[in-house]
Amino acid sequence: MTEYLLIILSSIFINNFITQRFLGICPFLGVSKQVETATGMGLAVTFVMALASGICYWVQKVLVALKIGFLQTITFILVIAVLVQFVEMVIKKSSPVLYRALGIYLPLITTNCAVLGVTIINVNENYNFLQSVVSGIGGALGFSMMLILFAGIRERLALAPIPKAMEGFPIALITAGLISIAFLGFSGFNLAALLSF
Amino acid sequence: MEAENLLMILHAVAVLFVLGLAFGIVLAVASRKLTVASDPRVEEIEGLLPGANCGGCGYPGCRGLAEAIAGGTAPVTACPVTKDHTPIAKVMGVETAAVEPKVAMVRCAGGRQEARQRFIYLGVEDCVAAQNLGGGAKACTYGCLGLGTCVKACPFGAMTMSPNGLPVVDESKCTACGMCVKACPRQLITLWPVAKRVTVLCMNQEKGTAVRPVCQVGCIACRICEKNCPAGAITVEHNLARIDPQLCTECEICVEKCPMKTIKSNKKQERAVG
Repeated sequence: MTEYLLIILSSIFINNFITQRFLGICPFLGVSKQVETATGMGLAVTFVMALASGICYWVQKVLVALKIGFLQTITFILVIAVLVQFVEMVIKKSSPVLYRALGIYLPLITTNCAVLGVTIINVNENYNFLQSVVSGIGGALGFSMMLILFAGIRERLALAPIPKAMEGFPIALITAGLISIAFLGFSGFNLAALLSF
Repeated sequence: MEAENLLMILHAVAVLFVLGLAFGIVLAVASRKLTVASDPRVEEIEGLLPGANCGGCGYPGCRGLAEAIAGGTAPVTACPVTKDHTPIAKVMGVETAAVEPKVAMVRCAGGRQEARQRFIYLGVEDCVAAQNLGGGAKACTYGCLGLGTCVKACPFGAMTMSPNGLPVVDESKCTACGMCVKACPRQLITLWPVAKRVTVLCMNQEKGTAVRPVCQVGCIACRICEKNCPAGAITVEHNLARIDPQLCTECEICVEKCPMKTIKSNKKQERAVG
């Protein structure tokens, strides 16, 4: 149990996809204008990342067994693309408002490097099936947390008196940099020792 | 070695084929189960709307209006920006009457030079804020506050503030969406027919003795225009001259007779500029 908690906590705070690994920056900047859409995007990414981690674990098994590991990237992308298509259909059916709010960023989850990133990291870390899924969920939770935090800040920034030249993306990028620096404080944490208490 | 390579290629092809097939079937089934029945007319109507999402129609964006029109809850002429509604009417299979094109008209001529200020306003640059602060700085409680709330509200960039502190409408850009009409805390802006150019640029309903001290160009309800109008288009009620654009023949007699120069003709201004 502790090791799963460890994986989740470390992928949320210490190895956060956005602040430390710099993956998934495109939706991070694109869909972080409103907390509501950011939450929807976070949920969609969480779903895709958890499923992709699970499926890619078995796909990797097959690839290794057949000694065709070089197909890793293309098969993983295939899995992710199918999942994204599936999520798009589900959202279109269940919440047309969210579907319109996410817009182009929904199909772009396919090219969200954080999703491919988590599947490849799972392989490199030699995680088993459950660990892979947990790592996928943890990574996605970290991603969603950053997205929602950032959206909250940007909602306030939109009303703040900001110099004309800094309005919009410039101030957003500076804010993202400051958040990243703040999260640097988590690096080097010995979570295992913390949890054994 | 040769055979091993061949086997590897076979494996690669087989794995991708099986994966692709499996995923394809899953997606095909999902798309059957999760189809959303949508009205194709919504897309068509949305394509015919301006796409500016100004909200002038009262619906959330052009998409919202397109859905309302297709659903029958909004008339085909609901978009105030679209000049020609016949393509939308054609999609819906109904007839439509021509809508008279209009522009936004700021009905106040008392800028910094003409109208007296009661105090120096240093608050937030917003007419609503100024209005709430003891009714604003302008001595005339009907006139334009001149802080540009309408200019900020215009989604088409059709309004600017003149150096005299009055909003100017660029008629080539104005789409009569009505956002400025809603934004003005003093209800000074009306949508006026483009074809009719003679207007009373005042909304003050006080008696002449109260108007004269606060504004040099305010309507003093002297009724000279009412008496001189050959078409009977002008009536003075609540101490304010009003022109009925339907009756006005644009003879511009009132423009010349008005002692306060409150009644103005846009056409004349254009000629003077041109």
